[in-house]
Amino acid sequence: MVTVMTATAAKPSIDDIWRWLEAVPDPEIPVISVVDLGIVRDVSWEEDALVVTVTPTYSGCPATAVIALEIENALRDRGIENVTIKSRLSPAWTTRWISAAGREKLKSYGIAPPVEGAACAGALRLNDVTVSCPRCGSSDTECVSPFGSTPCKASYRCKACLEPFDYFKSF
Amino acid sequence: MPQDALFDYVLRMGDNCLVLAQRVSVWCGHAPVLEEDIALANTALDLIGQTRLWLSYAGEIEGKGRSADDLAYLRDARAFRNCLLVEQPNGDFGQTLMRQFLFDAWHHFTLGALKNSADGRIAEIAEKAAKEVAYHLDRSGDLVIRLGDGTAESHNRMQAALDHLWPFAGELTTPDEVDEALTQKGVAADLAQVESQVSAYMEKTLAEATLSAPKDAPVRKGGKTGLHGEELGYILAEMQFLQRAYPGATW
Repeated sequence: MVTVMTATAAKPSIDDIWRWLEAVPDPEIPVISVVDLGIVRDVSWEEDALVVTVTPTYSGCPATAVIALEIENALRDRGIENVTIKSRLSPAWTTRWISAAGREKLKSYGIAPPVEGAACAGALRLNDVTVSCPRCGSSDTECVSPFGSTPCKASYRCKACLEPFDYFKSF
Repeated sequence: MPQDALFDYVLRMGDNCLVLAQRVSVWCGHAPVLEEDIALANTALDLIGQTRLWLSYAGEIEGKGRSADDLAYLRDARAFRNCLLVEQPNGDFGQTLMRQFLFDAWHHFTLGALKNSADGRIAEIAEKAAKEVAYHLDRSGDLVIRLGDGTAESHNRMQAALDHLWPFAGELTTPDEVDEALTQKGVAADLAQVESQVSAYMEKTLAEATLSAPKDAPVRKGGKTGLHGEELGYILAEMQFLQRAYPGATW
């Protein structure tokens, strides 16, 4: 009983771990964390191993491998040696999982956050939803290309302030 | 049921993505405008990601310890199961785009059906890939309309591309014994249903693009069973060279 308690006490709590992961930045958009992005799906202790379950954003996103490495490194720095990163495909990642704080951070970084309710391709046009300029707030914007600087972004242009900007596609 | 039908089916899904991604990647740095260059590279990247998911699963089904990389780099042309459409040369931008459009339409509706596959792993991969492919079809459909209904030059090029590629598209929606056996088990996409969805979509989109599909064109097929044109050999020679010359090389 005593040994079990000692072993348990030595393990950081799941809450602490989530808080530490909140400081791990996305490698492509460093203003938001992997937790803000909604790709950390689960954190749990399995005996002495910490299992972090991560879901990919896009299946070919080159950042996926870097993210796993950064999570491992961040946890090692906190003294957790035994970390297993598990990949989970289903349910598929959706931009609805991006936190409210994450959306705000994207916006102040100059990336228009995903538009609510437009969950997939075509929905923007079908629902007549507009993407607002993250700089001046104007809704007078146009899509330059549905594929931008990374798989998750589209290229937009503001017709009011004339600035080009990235739109984080709803997915 | 044919031996290894599931292995073959999953290979087909993966090989279609792999060969098309390899073809599309060639445009990187050469597209007519920067936005298209980026779109082509992003599309290829999605397809490579999907390839890894499918081929990893194919390796597990086979049970001989082959990884996705082993299957991609160490098989000869005869063992590839991609359809003939995706190995067709890039040609001009119109031909590349039309090939993408014909493939995306089939891919989109097929993945839609596979999300409900009785095979849980197939359903999972389809759920992921379908979201990416919805964007692919959005783009290729849009551009086919804009270029088809564009200038006389762009219209003629798009019509020529459609005339050339149309016979290859039929292979995707023509079921063979692997499709039939797995459709009965609820594992594969029912190609009769996919065909009717693709046809309805094509009819509407091509009309908007002022393009007409050839009537009564023969279906050019064979890729699904490993009978390819010589083009695939050139693609593989380039793609596989390094692993063939330096087995196991990593960097």
